[in-house]
Amino acid sequence: MSAYIYNMQINSDKVLKRVLFASSIVILLIGGGMLVSLIKGSMPSISEFGWKFLVSSKWDPTQGSESYGALAFIVGTLMTSVLALIIAIPLAFFTSLFIAEYFKGTKIAAVVGTLVDLLAGIPSIIYGLWGFYILCPLVVKLGLSPQGFGVFTSSLILAIMIVPYATSLSNTTIAMVPNELKEAAYSLGATRLEVIKTVVLPNARSGIAASYVLALGRALGETLAVTMLIGNANIIPTSIFGTGNTMASVIANQFGEASGLQLSALIEIGLLLFALTTIVNAIGKYIIKKIG
Amino acid sequence: MNRTIDIEKEDSSLSHIKYQKAKDGLFKIAVILFSFITISMVFLIIGTLLVKGYRQINWAFFTQVAPDTFTAMMAKVSGQVIPGGIANGILGSLYLVGIASVLSIPIGILIGVYLSENSQKKYASLIRDIADILQGVPSIVIGLIAYIWIVVPITKSYSVLAGGVALAIMMLPLIVRSTEESLKMVPDTLKEAAIALGTPYYKVIWRVLIPSAFSGLVSGILLSVSRVLGETAPLMLATLGNPNINWNITKPGSAVPLLIWQFYNDPNMVDLIWSSTIFLMGFVLLLNLISKWIEAKRKK
Amino acid sequence: MKEIKEKETATPVMSIDDISISYGDDKYAVKDVSAKILSNSITAIMGPSGCGKTTLLRAINRMHELYPNIHTDGKILLNGDNIYEMSTINLRRKIGMVFQRPNPFPTLSIFDNVIAGYKLNGIRLKKSEREEIVETSLKDVALWDEVKDNLHSKGNFLSGGQQQRLCIARTIAFKPKVILLDEPTSALDPISTSKIEDLLVKLKKDYTIIMVTHNMSQAARISDKSMFMYLGELVEYDNTQKMFTTPSDPRTEAYLTGKFG
Repeated sequence: MSAYIYNMQINSDKVLKRVLFASSIVILLIGGGMLVSLIKGSMPSISEFGWKFLVSSKWDPTQGSESYGALAFIVGTLMTSVLALIIAIPLAFFTSLFIAEYFKGTKIAAVVGTLVDLLAGIPSIIYGLWGFYILCPLVVKLGLSPQGFGVFTSSLILAIMIVPYATSLSNTTIAMVPNELKEAAYSLGATRLEVIKTVVLPNARSGIAASYVLALGRALGETLAVTMLIGNANIIPTSIFGTGNTMASVIANQFGEASGLQLSALIEIGLLLFALTTIVNAIGKYIIKKIG
Repeated sequence: MNRTIDIEKEDSSLSHIKYQKAKDGLFKIAVILFSFITISMVFLIIGTLLVKGYRQINWAFFTQVAPDTFTAMMAKVSGQVIPGGIANGILGSLYLVGIASVLSIPIGILIGVYLSENSQKKYASLIRDIADILQGVPSIVIGLIAYIWIVVPITKSYSVLAGGVALAIMMLPLIVRSTEESLKMVPDTLKEAAIALGTPYYKVIWRVLIPSAFSGLVSGILLSVSRVLGETAPLMLATLGNPNINWNITKPGSAVPLLIWQFYNDPNMVDLIWSSTIFLMGFVLLLNLISKWIEAKRKK
Repeated sequence: MKEIKEKETATPVMSIDDISISYGDDKYAVKDVSAKILSNSITAIMGPSGCGKTTLLRAINRMHELYPNIHTDGKILLNGDNIYEMSTINLRRKIGMVFQRPNPFPTLSIFDNVIAGYKLNGIRLKKSEREEIVETSLKDVALWDEVKDNLHSKGNFLSGGQQQRLCIARTIAFKPKVILLDEPTSALDPISTSKIEDLLVKLKKDYTIIMVTHNMSQAARISDKSMFMYLGELVEYDNTQKMFTTPSDPRTEAYLTGKFG
């Protein structure tokens, strides 16, 4: 009798282990499937335009002379994301120091940390709306741009959206710098700034860098807020205050009416975006792995 | 021992000390100032929503469907509050999130269990890395995938199912990771005690590990739900939107963010935007905060 | 409150006057301690765990101010100046500290570790000055021969004892008047311990040394004067030889004979 139960147990264990393993394959299927589908969907565009797709900024959907190129959107994506990161870094850097060094462990640091996290929870459409109704008129009033749309406005909103990503890992690594190293520096007569410069930052360097890379990854993929603020122009932005489109926003803007070759071109842009964000996030993860 | 370098010269070092202290003070001011700017953004954004939208919130808001553009225009012209509400959006969102949860939660938990039980294996690292990659995929690309996988071949139209699948793909990595992390925090001794009593594996997982990690799982689920409730882009490519309440999974459905997008694009409906965003924002924040509260309680 | 005056043949470089240190409202870690520290001497502070010796030591270079709820009363004079009226930067240039666990800066090379004091304070030195300070300090701690070919690599290959000597080099490179040591050898093996003890005796020529130790025999070996603390109070402060052979207070005697530790 007990041998029977024992065998049943072994079987149920085996079955369970197989089920668990099978479930893990779902991840592979989804990831691989996405890649395959994107490539398949891009094939018409790839075979029509080849490498020129990456360097051409022409975007002409007129029947009979269709020609598509992703350059304008690649540039738009890079401009908005890099500018957003540049704006976000000082905000994130000082906020991290606030939370993890100057007021580390206090209630106010916890409150500030929670508020920063809330920024990450605000849906992107709300950021877009706020940007449209509050920021755009402000930009117009300041005379920076005639209609308020453009790379600059999008980058500003994007910067606010990615600050929580830029602080998250930074906070952890800055807080992890051992007290005894800091005390050694203080005992030599250093001020807090000097301790931060020579002890805290060198030791937290990789974590801070990784968090900025991850924030960049987030900015690259952001769709709706940018769509609402960048002005929907299929050109390379002429200046920081010019309008344009990003890879994500052109898909959002044109998908509804696209078909045939144009749809395939949009899917190819989706493929490029997928590749770009994956590479950037992988770099971030690599830096993290090197730390711990 | 020769003292050749002497920093004891009081006069010169005193002014240098003042310089050091001044730099230190300035830096501290910068730290506080920039932090203040960062958090004031939260208040600015939420404050704007509240100020602009409180008028439009009433009981009908939640129970009626969105008005058509003509009705809205009439109300606007006569300076009245626009009738109707976002009931189709609310129910649509719940329907979508429900489908997404059914699709992603059980599988996500299973995968999370697999990863925490096999964390040494290289294969597990691979799965973990791919899950992280999935988490970073832009939401619009996920919309494309839902279009390619569901809208075209399966439902042959924009559909609630496609939207549910899109949201499920977005929820899955979060659930996997939070399940894995929560299970990792269960002490090994608990698991060993159960095994030592001859408990079969599935019972160890179902009766010991998961209950111990339960609050972590719930917190992760709440967090992923709060994340996908606000998503618009993938739904634009998968579900399209619907002026009525629709329970047919193969037909287009509505969602709160989609409605907001609709209102944004229609000049007559613009006033409805703020109340809808307050609702969306409030719900999302609530879930977020509950999730954090559970996390904090768990850590004690 | 006990205040013990000694016939001073050497000059007192530091005067500790009625120091009391508390956490929160009335939890006193140190109560009414007064003592005069003579220059160019080694003073050991001993006592059982929790007696307040480390707390007292860290008050001397105002390390407590890094942490919020610690409150200090009383004053400490360094060559007549009240340390609470100086800037902490100035104070810590005059009083150096060596910690229980060696803590060289891991991201700096050995060379940069020795002159870290100057670097941190933004004091510019000429290359020749830097090299001279590093060589002199490392020679003074008997570490020069062991690291002279690796000055610009990071010190991860150094043993615990070598790391601690590096930390001492870092402290003396900055030419303080007083060196505070908080159980400097408790994390080290016996050979390293004895090397450092010899080093401290040698350094006595140029510096005043105050050392907290958990190890009575260490105090007996190298210190000139000893303080015995118990439950936050300074029970006895006397010449080491005298205190160990004929302690005045029964509590001191009980501690020294191992009745409690």
